[in-house]
Amino acid sequence: MSWEFILGHMNYWLFIILMLIGLYIVIAKGNLLKKIVGLNIFQVSVFMMYISIGKVIGGTAPILPYDNTGHVEYGLDVIYSNPLPHVLILTAIVVGVATTSLGLALIVRIREEYGTIEEDEILDAETLIAEKENEDREAWLA
Amino acid sequence: MIETTINIILFVMLVVTALAIIRMDKLFAVVMLSGVFSFLSALLFIVMDAVDVAFTEAAVGAGITTVLMLGTIALTARTQKKSPKFQLMPVLIIIIIGVALIYGTMDMPNFGDLNSPANTHVAAYYVSNSATDIGVPNMVTGILASYRGFDTLGEVAVVFTAGVGVLVLLSGLARRRREDKEEL
Repeated sequence: MSWEFILGHMNYWLFIILMLIGLYIVIAKGNLLKKIVGLNIFQVSVFMMYISIGKVIGGTAPILPYDNTGHVEYGLDVIYSNPLPHVLILTAIVVGVATTSLGLALIVRIREEYGTIEEDEILDAETLIAEKENEDREAWLA
Repeated sequence: MIETTINIILFVMLVVTALAIIRMDKLFAVVMLSGVFSFLSALLFIVMDAVDVAFTEAAVGAGITTVLMLGTIALTARTQKKSPKFQLMPVLIIIIIGVALIYGTMDMPNFGDLNSPANTHVAAYYVSNSATDIGVPNMVTGILASYRGFDTLGEVAVVFTAGVGVLVLLSGLARRRREDKEEL
């Protein structure tokens, strides 16, 4: 593993670490809002991964310069970073906010129904309901 | 070299923010830190030449998401129940996934390689032809609205669906609350 390889791949590894922190929050934390925040961290890390794939060393932002007559001037010696990942991630950010808002609405609804947004308390409430239903069914059969 | 240094500094700040989010029990602080996280990632996007993504992330990611989350904690709860400090199973899972992902990056081209597959095929066509095809100086705008207009149409469909979903979930929230109060 050469020095050049490590330096060239370090970015990807850094974003993977960040992604894993987000995943840890989603798995280990019981609070639903915190899970959504963890999901956001995960998502932003994936975005960074994509953007770093599109980066070109020595390149600049993909915006063409205008000359003074209002025509786009070709900078032949200019290297631009890859605009395609930027477009995809632009779309993904907006979709991410839409899905986040849907998740938050679900949290509000869950809180209204169960009175809590902690995962284990919701599970306890569900178990109680299931037990009661079983008892009712047995009473009906008997 | 300077870009790598800035990258690493910003990355360390992002990790510190994420770890603080893990430890915090006050949900208000968690939401604010997630806003901080979005702003820091916007800076990182600027370093990587993605200016459009950076300002979208700063406006939408740090702005709207934070407001929505503040609304949610106002409607639900302000603090989190204390959870056990260290759990073995999640750590094991993320270590396994992390090793698999890092193994997967071994075949990837170097960071910033001009001749990597992602930078050569259709992207090279966009970079050289978008000025004559579309005539918008900002290539990202040109691709978003013209070359890949259907993607954006799909995005609009997703946002619309999510909006309808939120409306359906939250409709009647105020009415049900009022009825509950009257019952009491």
